[in-house]
Amino acid sequence: MPPKTAQIRLVSSHREVYEPCDDSFALVDALLADRTNIVDHCPRLCLEVGCGSGYVIASLALMLGQEVPGVYYIATDINPHAVSVTRETLDAHGVDAELICMDIASGLEKRLAGMVDVMVVNPPYVPTPDDEVGREGIASAWAGGENGRSVIDRILPVADRLLSDEGWLYMVTLTTNDPSQICLLMRKKGYASRIVVQRSTDEESLHIIKFWRDSDIQLDTKEIITTTKSVSARVMDSLSSQFPQLPFWRSSNSNCL
Amino acid sequence: MRLFTHNMLSSNIKGVANGFPLRIEVEQVLEKQVDFNPDFLKNLFPKLEWKALVDAARTMGYAELPEEADSLMLESEEFLRKFHHALLELHLEEGALVCPETGRKFPVNKGIPNMLLHEDEVPDLACNQVLCPTICERYGKVD
Repeated sequence: MPPKTAQIRLVSSHREVYEPCDDSFALVDALLADRTNIVDHCPRLCLEVGCGSGYVIASLALMLGQEVPGVYYIATDINPHAVSVTRETLDAHGVDAELICMDIASGLEKRLAGMVDVMVVNPPYVPTPDDEVGREGIASAWAGGENGRSVIDRILPVADRLLSDEGWLYMVTLTTNDPSQICLLMRKKGYASRIVVQRSTDEESLHIIKFWRDSDIQLDTKEIITTTKSVSARVMDSLSSQFPQLPFWRSSNSNCL
Repeated sequence: MRLFTHNMLSSNIKGVANGFPLRIEVEQVLEKQVDFNPDFLKNLFPKLEWKALVDAARTMGYAELPEEADSLMLESEEFLRKFHHALLELHLEEGALVCPETGRKFPVNKGIPNMLLHEDEVPDLACNQVLCPTICERYGKVD
């Protein structure tokens, strides 16, 4: 029997809450593709930032199900309507998560540091004027500011703080967000990365990227400080090989390291 | 909201130094049974602020937890059962969380705490490189 995910007909809705769309499906497909690894990983605490309709957190809880018992799920959203809708979606699927209405993980950062084993984020990634970021209601689900990076760039350090030593982050990005540069930023913090799902729709090209701490990279990072060229070239090669559809990124980001 | 979540939450209003533990105001408590998982409890124990859990549980009407606990007690199933019940089975369904320093109330409705801050409560972006290096890289360090 294939692993279960949330069913669209059971996902609750509200006019001010983002409905599951291509990006949500791509993120759940990425979690499905990596499900065996997650099961072997035996996560104790999973966190979704920006849960929207609850489709993703319900799917994660369903696909891990009885195989990984006793997982503590937490989901946050800045939109109060979204956490209410997520509650209904979870109830409709017979799964449970702790829900908190907050900006990213602002009230959890102190005490939950280093405890999150799996973090999933479908951030507001659509490029918009910066003053549209953080508005109330459904706009908070997509308004991403300059290059769609305003909220993503606030989430990355939070993820770094919350993830356990063996913690994994799955994040949706758009080509416009410059995913390779996001990977380089995370690499400086000691994270390896891999594209789990890549999908082009009529409107956008999505990458679902998985990040995890890699002790070798921390060594690399130290090397970079002393012997720049060879390592940075290696990093660039490894990343560029993962982004075949982004021939332009190399020129626009060659000053990253 | 379960008490494990309560144990992980703090008030991050601008100017608040610690903001933990949030005081609980109870209007309605629900109990929901959860499968007993000793390994989960043993792993979590070192991360918890025990006194905050004891006080929170008492506020919610459950006074069976010992005032102090150490890791040796994790060998006792009787202790683990009580710990399990307090941490995972008690839900604050309606009520509020109160910042210990400012008295600001965060409402809890249908089991969901609303921790959103008003604009004038949000800490400044005055970040340091340790906490948010990415932002600092993009926007320049703000002291």
